[in-house]
Amino acid sequence: MNASQAQIILMGLNHKTAAVEVRECVAFSQEETVDSLLKLKAQPAISELIIISTCNRVEILMAANDRQAAIAAVMTHISESKQITGPALEKALYVHVNEAAVRHLFMVAASLDSMIIGEPQILGQIKDAYQVAADQQTAGVLLNRLLHRAFFIAKKVRSETGIGDSAVSVSYAAVELARKIFGDLADKQVLLIGAGEMAELAVEHLLRQRVGAIFVANRTFKRGVELAERFKGQAIRMEEVNEHLTRVDIIISSTGAPGYMITGPQVKEKMRSRKNRPLFFIDIAVPRDIDPAINRINNAYVYDIDDLKGVIDENIDERKKEAVKAERMVEEAVIKFQEWVNNLDVVPTIVDLRQKVEGIVKSELEKTLHGLKHLSETDRAAVNRMADALVKKLLHDPALYLKSEGSQGDRAVSVDIIRKLFRLDET
Amino acid sequence: MYWLNVFTILLYFLSSVLYAVYFFFQKKAVQRAGYAVLLTGFLLHSVLIGAALVTAQAFPARNLSETLSISAWAVAGVFLLLRYKFDLRVLGIYAAPLAAVTMLVSALLPNQPREAVTLFKSLWLTIHVIIIFLGEAAFALACGIGIFYLIQEHAIKSKRHGFFYKRLPSLDLLDSTGYACIVVGFILLTMGLIVGFVYAESVWGRFWSWDTKEVWSVISWLVYVALLHQRMTVGWRGRRAAIMAIIGFGALLFTFFGVNFLLKGHHGDFTKF
Repeated sequence: MNASQAQIILMGLNHKTAAVEVRECVAFSQEETVDSLLKLKAQPAISELIIISTCNRVEILMAANDRQAAIAAVMTHISESKQITGPALEKALYVHVNEAAVRHLFMVAASLDSMIIGEPQILGQIKDAYQVAADQQTAGVLLNRLLHRAFFIAKKVRSETGIGDSAVSVSYAAVELARKIFGDLADKQVLLIGAGEMAELAVEHLLRQRVGAIFVANRTFKRGVELAERFKGQAIRMEEVNEHLTRVDIIISSTGAPGYMITGPQVKEKMRSRKNRPLFFIDIAVPRDIDPAINRINNAYVYDIDDLKGVIDENIDERKKEAVKAERMVEEAVIKFQEWVNNLDVVPTIVDLRQKVEGIVKSELEKTLHGLKHLSETDRAAVNRMADALVKKLLHDPALYLKSEGSQGDRAVSVDIIRKLFRLDET
Repeated sequence: MYWLNVFTILLYFLSSVLYAVYFFFQKKAVQRAGYAVLLTGFLLHSVLIGAALVTAQAFPARNLSETLSISAWAVAGVFLLLRYKFDLRVLGIYAAPLAAVTMLVSALLPNQPREAVTLFKSLWLTIHVIIIFLGEAAFALACGIGIFYLIQEHAIKSKRHGFFYKRLPSLDLLDSTGYACIVVGFILLTMGLIVGFVYAESVWGRFWSWDTKEVWSVISWLVYVALLHQRMTVGWRGRRAAIMAIIGFGALLFTFFGVNFLLKGHHGDFTKF
């Protein structure tokens, strides 16, 4: 019997192929994932299985002997367990096989396929998904190896390209800027004026940089107290903002006020008593809270929301440039993985095994015959014949074992064992 | 001796190239290599100066070629020390080429050691020269850091972040390192001037002789006094401090070259062709 080798199949949908309504419909919760893993693994067509499900994508990764049957099984499973009809699902779904599947997984793991290129969460999500599959014992030789290569290439891409280097969110861009001005942010004091998601996020990022005291000023003092409590800071009244300009170093402003909260002359006067220590204004409000003229004062810096968005656009361009480099690295990894997969085929393994054994016999033979100069030509020929016969007889049974499905019925496993046992991949 | 000199120059240039490569491609290993090469060059240079000191029985700062060589040596040395203390790797892109080019010019200039006049054999003079040059090297670095500061500040203020923004360190690090350089340079220059006055007294019988170089040295010194005073009282930092560091070094350069070429004085002999 010459059953075809297991193929790697990847089915999935992501933010590019499916709208959020479809994605949230297909997404697997933790329990659903375990359940689906077990159900699908029971299908005879599917030998290995991993399900990755995040808010931006669902990827079902399989090793299967019968491609059509495996794909059909997954389709049936999804349309039966989810609120989605066949045609709608088919429209959103992509199917990659072998090399294309490997490439896609590597791209996803390296965060090259993400909505925001280079975002770091996806790798952790894949690791979790792999852990779940490993716990349910639905991943085998092929997918184990594939996932480990994916983790490896993802780490390599992250460390050797600048794909995750620069900030791509407003709040993080603000923190990066602060670090370019102040260097170390430890002990820098922060004043938050107003409230708002982006502003609060920026404060949280700053807290992670171990900034010193945090002050919160809000039009409703009660709200200010609440926010201050959350940041373990101190609430102040709006009227106190001016005097705090002497103290704080970073000011994040996000109020709904119509005019400027802080004006140029006001800061100019404060710079004297600050002894010109730098002052950084992050103005997230529209209309703006901070007089842009302040940016012209020495040692005072003002970034409004548009400036920060400009920074982000630059950074995204930068990431896209780095992505080209990363894709080249992924391509190399795909080729290497394909080589390994091809080696899992029976014939090359038998060839490799014979070469290895023949090599050992030949070099030992040479050594021995070198010391036995008294042997005649016919004696030598006889010894050589004996060696050849030994190789043949020794290799006969392993070759049979490989050709006949192997004991576990999974050829990839037997090939893998033989390759490891004789160290065929370490040359 | 000649070949050792050439080898030193080559090491300085190699270090410059490595630092340039580091600056463009941001590979840490290249930066470490640049530092190691510069350190090797500096040690070799020190040996050369030591050898010259022994053979001539006088400190080798008797003509322009020798003085420039000492300047390059001081710049390399002060940078190596500074780099040890502060995490300002990027300054290598300024310091290494500065040392390399100064050294090259020194080698291209004619170097005929004149008869060692007793003037050069004094220990006081040796100390005077070494201290002054180390101080000037510190000011040279402060000037480079000031230039970096202005570039980085411009990038942040104009909101156009590009090539330099990413590669240059934070404004705070530039400002504090520049300040440290100026403090060190100022202390050394002050000490050097005092030793010089004492030595002048012992040779010519007077502390001060309105020599042009003396006058210009004191003018440069005053620029730095002003800078330090303003920083300590009203907090002149950042942009103003950076500009003053550049102006101060300009005054020093004029003291070094301008006075020798344009004006006359008793220092002229040491730094003429």
